[in-house]
Amino acid sequence: MFYRENGQFKSNYASDQQMLPILQDRVFMGLLLVFAFGAVPLFVSDYVFLSLLIPFLILTLAAIGLNILVGYCGQISIGHAAFMSVGAYAAYNLALRLPQLNFLVVLVLAGLIAAAVGILFGIPSLRIKGLYLAVATLAAQFFTDWLFARVKWFTNYSSSGSVSTAPIELFGWKVDSPAEKYLFLLGVLVVFTVVAKNLVRGHIGRAWMSMRDMDVAAEVIGIRPVYAKLTAFAVSSFYVGVAGALWGFVYLGAWEPLAFNLSLSLNLLFMIIIGGMGSLLGSYFGAAFIVALPILLDQVPNWLGVEMSTALASHLASMIFGSLIVFFLIVEPHGLARLWAIGKEKLRLWPFPH
Amino acid sequence: MNEKAIEHAHRIGGVVLALEGVSLAFGGVKALSDVSFDVREHEVRAIIGPNGAGKSSMLNVINGVYHPQQGTIRYLGREYHDMDPHEVAMSGISRTFQNLALFKGMSVLDNIMSGRNLKMHSNILLQALRIGPALREEIEHREVVEGIIDFLEIQAYRKTQVGRLPYGLQKRVDLARALAMEPRILLLDEPMAGMNMEEKQDMCRFILDVNDEFGTTIVLIEHDMSVVMDISDRVLVLDYGKKIGDGTPDEVRANQAVIEAYLGVSH
Repeated sequence: MFYRENGQFKSNYASDQQMLPILQDRVFMGLLLVFAFGAVPLFVSDYVFLSLLIPFLILTLAAIGLNILVGYCGQISIGHAAFMSVGAYAAYNLALRLPQLNFLVVLVLAGLIAAAVGILFGIPSLRIKGLYLAVATLAAQFFTDWLFARVKWFTNYSSSGSVSTAPIELFGWKVDSPAEKYLFLLGVLVVFTVVAKNLVRGHIGRAWMSMRDMDVAAEVIGIRPVYAKLTAFAVSSFYVGVAGALWGFVYLGAWEPLAFNLSLSLNLLFMIIIGGMGSLLGSYFGAAFIVALPILLDQVPNWLGVEMSTALASHLASMIFGSLIVFFLIVEPHGLARLWAIGKEKLRLWPFPH
Repeated sequence: MNEKAIEHAHRIGGVVLALEGVSLAFGGVKALSDVSFDVREHEVRAIIGPNGAGKSSMLNVINGVYHPQQGTIRYLGREYHDMDPHEVAMSGISRTFQNLALFKGMSVLDNIMSGRNLKMHSNILLQALRIGPALREEIEHREVVEGIIDFLEIQAYRKTQVGRLPYGLQKRVDLARALAMEPRILLLDEPMAGMNMEEKQDMCRFILDVNDEFGTTIVLIEHDMSVVMDISDRVLVLDYGKKIGDGTPDEVRANQAVIEAYLGVSH
């Protein structure tokens, strides 16, 4: 009843093409941003920042990156943690060897290096698709696992193979406490989300989606498959590389090559499947689901007052986690983002459904 | 002939597209053997033939989807070989598809806008920030696309996801997407297949209007003989990959080989 576009007439194409054409959406988004930037740091505990919000923000960024490739361009990748690790190690080496660089510059350069590697591993997509491409992208995973474990230069010859980073500093602002890390990551994520939204609704986004939906027709109407697919790999790897650098520097602080293994790749894939393919909002939902659910499940026995060994609890949690994923896929194969869209559609008519 | 038909006949110009001795084989199967025909500027050229006659292969050859083993294709006086589909598209040939090949996950507007992609050049950074030329480009092309939407009378569906539209409307969106390229030659692969009488009439009207208003040359494949005979200037008849007839609708109707191919013949 209150959520309607009624009466909001567009008199030019610029206003019809803006990001949030409905006034209520703009107001809601403004309030949400004020809440996230202003209110959350005031009452949230450090534990929630470190175990929930910080991983959520970084993984959302990675999920957006993967969604650009899989959800928008239709090219499957199950080796995306590889590009996270490229981003993380690139950032580590840049920060180590060129300490005068601003961290934002390091972040962008790490993303660009990951993008270059992404283009390299995206080349098979020009000839193969579907499951075969998925297997080919697995090569990226195994290659980087091997590279960062065996080539000692990347880890600065550390004896254990693990690397550690100093807290980041931006223009004199030391991003150290959990709340500061949260604010920094939130800022980065907002910027990257806006950029992703702009890309997917620009002509490059249409080129990606046309590849996903019908590649032969896309070529016939003049879209170059090489350009569309490789830019999708590049942009996707850029996002994931930046997320990897943040994962290493802000969340982990110190890590070993195993931090970016296949299970992280699969988790990213679950996020976009559960959240919603081809939806930026879905990347948020999916990351929230994957990050929050195990923690919630861990807490449930406590709330119920059931005595349980930690081993049993963690096994139960992963069983419930798995079945919930299956359940969601059966109920709504298009992900949580579609459920959200249906909810909004209902809200337009509520409370007069006819 | 009425006045409009006479005017139309006057507009037909020289040869824009000529195929000579084109042969296409998939392994041992000969899809096209030694087919030659030409298309004149502004005309409506039909390709007919029984199932499996090689009609769609013919369009795919023109389009660059298939590369013929033998023969030459001359477009605007220049010969082209092994051009990729997007290069052909760049040169001004667009098409619609027999089995709808729309981008199902995208809105009607985005589908048609994607037909303008080859005219949009702002780089990825400008698009990421959506400033300056990138934003101007989006708006300029949107205006053109809105013109096409008005022309094909699909205003009400512009924001609808294409997969949700009924078949007849999807066909219209397919045409709109092809028109968005502002093609010189438009290839239509069975634009009226599976339509009812009313939808067919609408589609005929759109095709003739396109030909008339934009001066677009049209090559179409169609099974409905009454439609073909009504709207086309010249008709090419294929059977088992060979050309068996070529000429005005009246000539083709009188052609013995064509009658045999269509009606069968007692041996």
